[in-house]
Amino acid sequence: MQHLDEIVANAQQQIENAADTNELEEIRLQYLGKKGLMTEQMKGLGKLPPAEKPAAGQMINQAKQAIQAVLVERKKGMEEAILNEKLASETIDVTLPGRGSKQGNIHPVTRTTERIVEFFSELGFEVKDGPEVEDGYHNFDALNIPPHHPARADHDTFYFNPDLVLRTQTSGVQIRTMEKQEPPVRIISPGRVYRNDYDQTHTPMFHQVEGLMIAENVSFAQLKGILNDFLHNFFEEDLEIRFRPSYFPFTEPSAEVDVKGKNGWLEVLGCGMVHPTVLKSMGVDPEKYSGFAFGMGIERLTMLRYGVNDLRSFFENDLRFLKQFK
Amino acid sequence: MKFSEAWLREWVNPEITRDELTHQVTMAGLEVDDVDPVAGEFSKVLVGEVVECGPHPDADKLQVTKINIGEDELIDIVCGAKNCRLGLKVAVAVVGAVLPGDFKIKKAKLRGQPSFGMLCSESELGMADSAEGIIELPLDAPIGQCVREYLQLDDVIIDVDLTANRADCLGIAGLAREVAVLNGIEATPVTWNNVDVTIDDQVAINLQAPEACPRYLGRVIKGINQNATTPLWMVEKLRRCGVRSVDAVVDITQYVLLEFGHPMHAFDLTKLEGGIEVRLAEQNEKLTLLDGKEVKLNADTLVIADQSKALAMAGIFGGQDSGVQEGSTDIFLESAFFAPLAIAGRARSYGLHTDASHRYERGVDPVLQATAMERATQLLVEICGGQVGPITEAVSEAHLPKQAKIELRRNKLDRLIGISIDSDRVQKILTQLGCVVSETAEGWSAVAPTYRFDMEIEEDLIEEVARVFGYNNIPNIAPQAALTMPAHNESRLKLSKIRDVLVNREYQEAITYSFVDPDKQLKLHPEADALILPHPISKDMSAMRVSLWTGLLESVSKNQKRQQNRVRLFETGLRFIKDEQAENGIRQQAMLSGVIIGNVNDEHWAIETRAADFFDLKADLEAVLDLAVDDASFEFKAEKHSALHPGQSATIYRNGIKVGYIGTLHPSLKKTFALNGQAIVFEIEVDAILTRQLPQAGDISKFPANNRDLAFVVDDQVNAGKVLKFIEKIGGSQLVSINLFDVYKGLGVEDGKKSLAIGLILQDATRTLEEQEIADSVNSIVEAVSTEFHASLRD
Repeated sequence: MQHLDEIVANAQQQIENAADTNELEEIRLQYLGKKGLMTEQMKGLGKLPPAEKPAAGQMINQAKQAIQAVLVERKKGMEEAILNEKLASETIDVTLPGRGSKQGNIHPVTRTTERIVEFFSELGFEVKDGPEVEDGYHNFDALNIPPHHPARADHDTFYFNPDLVLRTQTSGVQIRTMEKQEPPVRIISPGRVYRNDYDQTHTPMFHQVEGLMIAENVSFAQLKGILNDFLHNFFEEDLEIRFRPSYFPFTEPSAEVDVKGKNGWLEVLGCGMVHPTVLKSMGVDPEKYSGFAFGMGIERLTMLRYGVNDLRSFFENDLRFLKQFK
Repeated sequence: MKFSEAWLREWVNPEITRDELTHQVTMAGLEVDDVDPVAGEFSKVLVGEVVECGPHPDADKLQVTKINIGEDELIDIVCGAKNCRLGLKVAVAVVGAVLPGDFKIKKAKLRGQPSFGMLCSESELGMADSAEGIIELPLDAPIGQCVREYLQLDDVIIDVDLTANRADCLGIAGLAREVAVLNGIEATPVTWNNVDVTIDDQVAINLQAPEACPRYLGRVIKGINQNATTPLWMVEKLRRCGVRSVDAVVDITQYVLLEFGHPMHAFDLTKLEGGIEVRLAEQNEKLTLLDGKEVKLNADTLVIADQSKALAMAGIFGGQDSGVQEGSTDIFLESAFFAPLAIAGRARSYGLHTDASHRYERGVDPVLQATAMERATQLLVEICGGQVGPITEAVSEAHLPKQAKIELRRNKLDRLIGISIDSDRVQKILTQLGCVVSETAEGWSAVAPTYRFDMEIEEDLIEEVARVFGYNNIPNIAPQAALTMPAHNESRLKLSKIRDVLVNREYQEAITYSFVDPDKQLKLHPEADALILPHPISKDMSAMRVSLWTGLLESVSKNQKRQQNRVRLFETGLRFIKDEQAENGIRQQAMLSGVIIGNVNDEHWAIETRAADFFDLKADLEAVLDLAVDDASFEFKAEKHSALHPGQSATIYRNGIKVGYIGTLHPSLKKTFALNGQAIVFEIEVDAILTRQLPQAGDISKFPANNRDLAFVVDDQVNAGKVLKFIEKIGGSQLVSINLFDVYKGLGVEDGKKSLAIGLILQDATRTLEEQEIADSVNSIVEAVSTEFHASLRD
């Protein structure tokens, strides 16, 4: 049986030396093909005495399997090498930028507005809007600012005629909403407002958010509570906050709210309990209901939040400015 | 209002520091804007006397002096001030003194003469921006005393931003009352002895408009010293309240105004013809004001007049002719109550704003007139001398404001504030504020003091209680409300969703002014009748926008000037269209508008770039429209627009209603906006894109889809969109998809024609389509399109 071992050894040698899969196939046919050496061996079994046949057959089969195994192994190695070569040739520079367009951004004023609206929407405040060219009634009279009131002079109003203005505040939306709704109400109203003033710290147009809650037993302590929560949420900081008595014709008691910054106190919003005269213009009974209202300048909050120094940059729409607000 | 801390502390002196004081009043609603020292930092400046004064031998403008500062030796000082003279008491900076700006005084020689110090002016001590000469101290100023001490310069000017309701604090007296309340102490008002009447002279006073002027006090003072000068203490107090000294009489009226918050006016008695008439002006009646300007009065303006003419604008501004002038010795002093409603807005209507009008339009204590008159008289006589006549008072009691009696209910107080403040505390606060308080079954009844005319209703008292109690002593409580779920409308898109689509396509959101340059707007919209602001910031911000394009194109232009050539912007906001049907005659409509200019993409290693065109912008807009299930309800029709390229513009319709425009900016407008490259713009009504239908799911077919491609040759003028819509309409339910995949002109297609290659997918929901059925469907489509558009199939 020495012969079989030699055949296997030769086959192994040849397989080892094969250059490619074609040669391997030739070797396979040479040994394992229909006319191959191992097939010849099997044919030779017939000459053996019957008693020796099983053992001899088994040995031949083992030899065949050995050759087969080496063949498969060698073929697998060759295929892997080919694949690796192919993969190597397909290598790209993965640090190159991707193909396709980039993202733009929403305006920082919109970004702040959306944040504020989200905070209050979660508390059930509904978003309302109103006209920007507004009549004297909704911008002034209904808000307890009669003609000749000193507060009118403070507003630097853009007049079209004595009874038609560019709204100086979003508070008129309160009145318009309440003309159609009954308490309890919770609304929030962002939008553009206008004042005839233009310098480093004033633009003739800016944005405010107005909030209003009217229900039974709405109190000043609750106003403090909600604004305190809001400011902590907005700045995501444990800020020092103070409520300072102030005066607005449409609220009483009224307050301005300051937050403590690096350089002292900064006023961020105005608020108060809705004045009974205003409640009456809304058709709300001040004996049954009470309400609070607050208003804040969006640009100012945006400036504090993102370190914007020049108010005017909000309306210049310089791409280099806008692209910062990712 | 600016005031001197030292003056306030003469009236009320709580044991708190300056910082505590300013914080305290700020937190009481009297917001302190600024605290400034009344003088600069300096040391070693002493009171001295000029005991020798002669010309400098070698310099015309200098004088050589010897100054006594109370030491053994006199000091040699060379001085350049014109008012330096023998006997003058001066402020001497001695050698070693340091003046503001770290200016050190050293021994010096000026043109050969020794000088061991400096005689100081107000500006050199940081008390004024400029000064004409050196400070002249009163003759009784003690020689050798530190000037800082003598002039009490360790004082500050406190600028408090008073709200419109706190007119009662527009004087030291009112501020003192407030500070007293906050500290729970008593104020000590200034006292004086009223001057005795020595002459009988009176001027008759007639109140013709008693509702506007219910009380008017007048007094004649004769023979005042026209050379009298205002004493330094008064000049200093005025200065520290931001008032410049003018002359003794004017200074005294200003002093009383600052002290009591009560305006006064002095007339030259000799200019009055007959008695005083307090009346409304005749329409267009002329009056020359103190500043020399002549105004034509309106009939709603109250004037002080004599028998023949208007003398002054009541409570606002004096007249030039009747005012006290140099040489006036006989005066008529006015102390009046003018109703706020009679004054409010009037000063502004003449472009005026005075200390008097500021106070009268906010309100003045209606019982203070006699006090102010007596105080002014006493100061006048003390400083200018003179003979004093009796006070003439004209009054219409019926028209004087009544003191409000206000009910404050316990439950209302608690409900509005949100906590219950102790009853004793409430009563004490109101009492300290000057109210006469009595307890009632439901709470309290309070009569407001005459100077707190802003207290009228229950809420006014609630505010006062909360304010004095301290807002920051009121706890923060979370509001409570019923968890009622508000309506949510799914078929209404959120605007943020639309913004996101454009942001994802590399647009930056812009916010431009709602008022634009009318000339530029007219170039875009020549037929537009824009709403014009009569008093704009500037002409180029004077027309309300009729579209968002003017602002956006200006922004594009500005960016291109800063080397940003590729710009993609969008904006949402109102446009303003005159419309009789709309509220207030103006339709204010939310629009979404966009512009692109420059290359489709930034230069990129793997993408070839090219200039953006109509179809790039259209794709972006289509992405927005695609948010609606029923986006097929939108249609683009080739229509012209004044701002757009006539061959590259479309009107956008939804369900047949015009909702917007898209197109290439008209090439002639490139120059108007100084644009580099071709801008493409769109604008669409926000309402039109926010509504959508809800999805209605259908069954997905399990049977094979059959693709068939057709190429139709049609006239070049035929709009592809129409062909597609037509096929969609006639295709039947088995035609599930239509896709235009090629538009071809050139070789193989006749001149003036184009080939539209359209891919169709046919599929049935319930079975596999037979080859013959498919062929029949396609043939019927081909026939219909051929007839409708004179099309033929391309070979």
